[in-house]
Amino acid sequence: MNAPQQSLLNDSRFRPWEPVLWLLAFAAPLLVPSHASIINEIAIVALFAVSLDLILGYTGIVSLGHAAFFGMGGYAAALFAKLVMPDPLVGLAVGIVTATLLGAACSFTIMRGSDLTRLMVTLGVGLILLELANKLDWLTGGADGLQGVVMGPLLGTFEFDLAGRTAAWYSLTVLLALFVLLRRVVHSPFGATLKAIRDNRLRAMAIGIPVNRKLAVVYTLAAGVAGAAGALMTQTTGFASLDLFEFHRSADVMLILVIGGTGWLYGGVAGAIVFKLMQDALSSITPQYWTFWIGLFLVVLVLVGRERLIRPWTWFSRGGKS
Amino acid sequence: MLTILFDGIAYGMLLFILAVGLAVTMGLMNFINLAHGAFAMAGGYITVLLMQRFGVPFLLCLPLAFIGSALLGGVLERTLYRPLYHKPHLDQVLFSIGLVFMAVASVDYFVGSTQQIIQLPEWLKGRTELGSGAWMLGMGHYRLFIIAVCAALTVGLQYVLGYTRFGSRLRASVDDQRVAAGLGINVNMVFLTTFAVGSGLAGLGGALGAEVLGLDPSFPLKFMVYFLIVVAVGGTSSITGPLLAALLLGIADVAGKYYIPKLGAFIVYSLMIAILIWRPQGLFVRKGGK
Repeated sequence: MNAPQQSLLNDSRFRPWEPVLWLLAFAAPLLVPSHASIINEIAIVALFAVSLDLILGYTGIVSLGHAAFFGMGGYAAALFAKLVMPDPLVGLAVGIVTATLLGAACSFTIMRGSDLTRLMVTLGVGLILLELANKLDWLTGGADGLQGVVMGPLLGTFEFDLAGRTAAWYSLTVLLALFVLLRRVVHSPFGATLKAIRDNRLRAMAIGIPVNRKLAVVYTLAAGVAGAAGALMTQTTGFASLDLFEFHRSADVMLILVIGGTGWLYGGVAGAIVFKLMQDALSSITPQYWTFWIGLFLVVLVLVGRERLIRPWTWFSRGGKS
Repeated sequence: MLTILFDGIAYGMLLFILAVGLAVTMGLMNFINLAHGAFAMAGGYITVLLMQRFGVPFLLCLPLAFIGSALLGGVLERTLYRPLYHKPHLDQVLFSIGLVFMAVASVDYFVGSTQQIIQLPEWLKGRTELGSGAWMLGMGHYRLFIIAVCAALTVGLQYVLGYTRFGSRLRASVDDQRVAAGLGINVNMVFLTTFAVGSGLAGLGGALGAEVLGLDPSFPLKFMVYFLIVVAVGGTSSITGPLLAALLLGIADVAGKYYIPKLGAFIVYSLMIAILIWRPQGLFVRKGGK
């Protein structure tokens, strides 16, 4: 085995701390049972952020409309549960499939143009879906949201309880499964081509990588994962509202990813934990104005530099290696 | 029908004034500034507060709104924006979203979240009607006023950019900063002035538009999309591009909301996506421009 192969493989191996981390995550609903619902939310948001990382961190496409897929998966799963059958796993599959189809349709919109154009088009898709969900009120309940979504027991045995422990484990399991899958994807040759496209699109094209096709595939994949996150959200809360599609959700998930670090799957997970805990703490102090502090945090984050924020000792040394 | 066209034009003109500053910062300085709506909101709130608390007449408020937002823009450019000109687009997006969040929350905190109402002077409240039947043209005086102000501003801007010393300095700084600096142009000053004027225009637009668009703390988020559409569709290399895009958008939006109210803002977004897929650099781009 030669050196490049070795170095590529090194990245894809599981580190010893990773199983420990996951064990801790799964133990968390038992250790702090009163916080099971926030653990559930963290797992969902983490999954959402990881899916954005696929397109932002690994291919460098700035998207402001990722909530489109989140909401699509969410509404599909909720409607399926309400109108067809309440089994959560089938509903999850329906959510994923719907979002994937939408992602495939939208993947044509991101291939051309500059950052600004892509930003606008992704934002526009999200807004169109928001508008649709608002206007098709006979189906989605409009601005009041889709109520009366009742979930059947998971695998026929585990009921969703009020404390939210089943929900937390359910979301964590889906997160783990998709995480392992995506981890495999980004360390495969396919993942390597994505990074090549991100780093230098022209050169990637020159060495024979079909850039547009790869972008379409990864965008579709990311859409499917975001749909899964949305489906989990509506299934565990039993409620779907326009809020799923809203702009601030896309902005939040971008922020989460940037806090945790892009181009590194655990970045989404780490960012979700930090963001949700911060949001929880801030909104209990200032329920109405917590967005101010989030905004301030963003501004400081960018001004200080994303790499430097996690290395406080470099803040006051000008220049240097960073 | 003509009335709808007229209202659409007034709306488009308003959007143009709101967005033209953004076209300059985004197109010329290559900075994705999502916080542009916050300056517009600043202008709107300056007007409302001056009129309600101090009884300043409406016409005097407009220049004050311009100056206030321009000062705010100038200060922020010098302190916060300048270090970010050469950062990646993602950083600029995050930074300006952060500013928007802060602006929304602070206005909410200081002024309250209720919608603000502007008392127009009597002579702007009327309405003139021409013709009759299907071709009747009803012109609200306030809309006429908006169109007049915006047209004057457009001509003025075009003149400044195309025929004055400052305009040529700006274009030189944009095309090649280093060479411009070498020729003795104070690039930082030029950019600072441009940014301040752009923010001031946004503020003026906010003051003018408060009556038409409504003014509450969520203003920057609600209308951010419209500004961005104007700029993205119009292309950023000239003043005429955004102007035509704003008119198109205004007319499409007003007509769509009138004829097919069920669809709402749907038409505008679909139109934008279609145009952007067709011409990713915007509709009106000169060949060889940046």
